[in-house]
Amino acid sequence: MTTITRTAPAVVASPRVRPAATARHVATLAWRSLVQIKHNPMELLDLSVQPIMFLLLFTYVFGGAIAGSTGQYLQFALPGLVAQNMLFASMTTAVGLNTDITKGVFDRLRTLPIARSAPLAGRIVADTLKQVWAFALFLGLGLVLGFRVHTGVAGVLGALALLLTFALAMSWAAVLVGVTAADQEKVQIMMFSLMMPITFTSNAFVRTDTMPSWLQKWVEINPVSHLADAVRGLLSGGPVASDAVTSLLWAAGITVVFAPLAVRAFRTRI
Amino acid sequence: MTHAIQARDLAKHYGETKALDGVDLEVPQGRLLGVLGPNGAGKTTAVRILATLLRPDGGRAQVCGFDVVKQAHQVRSLIGLTGQYAAVDETLTGVENLVMIGRLLDMPRADARRRAAELLDRFGLTDAGGRAAKTYSGGMRRRLDLAASLVGRPQVLFLDEPTTGLDPRSRTELWGVVRALQSDGVTVLLTTQYLEEADQLADDIVVFDHGKVIAGGTPDELKATAGAQVLEVRPAEKAHLDLVERVVGELLGVPPEVTGGLVTGSVPDPAIVPAIVRRLDDLGVVAAELSLRKASLDEVFLALTGHRAEEPGEQGEAAA
Repeated sequence: MTTITRTAPAVVASPRVRPAATARHVATLAWRSLVQIKHNPMELLDLSVQPIMFLLLFTYVFGGAIAGSTGQYLQFALPGLVAQNMLFASMTTAVGLNTDITKGVFDRLRTLPIARSAPLAGRIVADTLKQVWAFALFLGLGLVLGFRVHTGVAGVLGALALLLTFALAMSWAAVLVGVTAADQEKVQIMMFSLMMPITFTSNAFVRTDTMPSWLQKWVEINPVSHLADAVRGLLSGGPVASDAVTSLLWAAGITVVFAPLAVRAFRTRI
Repeated sequence: MTHAIQARDLAKHYGETKALDGVDLEVPQGRLLGVLGPNGAGKTTAVRILATLLRPDGGRAQVCGFDVVKQAHQVRSLIGLTGQYAAVDETLTGVENLVMIGRLLDMPRADARRRAAELLDRFGLTDAGGRAAKTYSGGMRRRLDLAASLVGRPQVLFLDEPTTGLDPRSRTELWGVVRALQSDGVTVLLTTQYLEEADQLADDIVVFDHGKVIAGGTPDELKATAGAQVLEVRPAEKAHLDLVERVVGELLGVPPEVTGGLVTGSVPDPAIVPAIVRRLDDLGVVAAELSLRKASLDEVFLALTGHRAEEPGEQGEAAA
């Protein structure tokens, strides 16, 4: 066994990364994901335009036809739009992760003495902050357009907490897609063709009783329906418990299925 | 003798493909080992194992006495990696890229900034430091990449084909940087497809082929084995081709290659060349072309392995 004597390094990392250090590394990597927005203003636009556009389009184009009045429709559709946007935004985790892996940034991070989970955690923290931004934007613009919160601060925070919990569960699926897809374009296609039908075959935009009965059966199972109804209850008042519990069960189910798959894919590809 | 990098019998396979098939490596501290080989020879696989990115299927390796599998975390605190697979974040500026690495290496913010400024200055990137890396030229990006791997003052640096795809000027610049690192006492493992690059930089060279080390030694030793130079003779008259082949083969001691009217042979000693010229003259053979040039990697390979470096269907590292 040979040893290094001459220029022995002053600091060789200890075999374990301390939790405080990991928290710092995660914060640094989250900062990195957010500072990208500064150089790529399109990303901020992407984060903001979709909520604004959907809110305006649905309220003023479809509102009258669907609910008879734009004001009434806004009150109904905003929670659904919030839920839909949250699901679409979870796609950004997959895209960002995939870009890091294919471009080699992930390898650079993996040669650093940081916790194995830090790059992933940093990205998810940043994406969660983006979710908070989108939620605030929806609510702010909604209030200007005439949406009214009938419950109060606790209701709003409850809705946000529920949405973020669901988004975190979805990020396991995003990690799986991000790690396994060959390139960014495929990630987008995969996620889009998954999210589009799931979010639209729900009660997010239209009342269930207007749909054919075979579709109603699915809509009632669809987690997006439960999530939208729970958010409706938390913002506008009304029953919450059953839909919130169903949403959380769905979140738990999604985690149980996708977390092990994502971790396995992560270990084999990376 | 102290070894900064030591590998024994490293093996890695992807299905039937053996990317590494029992590789031994030793790099004494402060020296530069050039790993020479064609695409798909296993160079990158070896680097990825030594840099803790890949687990070997067999054998073991140590960097500064730490096992790359069991003590990966300690290894990571001592190494830097630049190359095909490690990259900078294109959406961040040069400064932000380096500060991020510094922060991940637990430097206080002010130190990370200072170190970033220092490295940008050293690599001539100070002016570009505030721009997003995606606006950089290929050479600049590669230099930023190298700077990123130096933030933590690594003891051991892995450079995986650092000049592939660079123009000659950027290549020469990068060589200068590598030489400066050598004089700082950093141990370097550099992979390359270019004989010239290994010749310019390396203290020692090993040659990889099909996942095995097929030759090793100092650049001079290697060239002596492989034949430092290549003689090419093209007779003016096609009819003289056999004659030229016989003369060249006789004097060089090995049968030359004949392709498309050109006789090519590896020359161990340039003093033989005048003798060949005289013999051809005596026989009344006029050469339309007669030249002596440095052996290419391809010819070193041919001499060492009996096959060309670039075989069809051998493209693509690791086949993963």
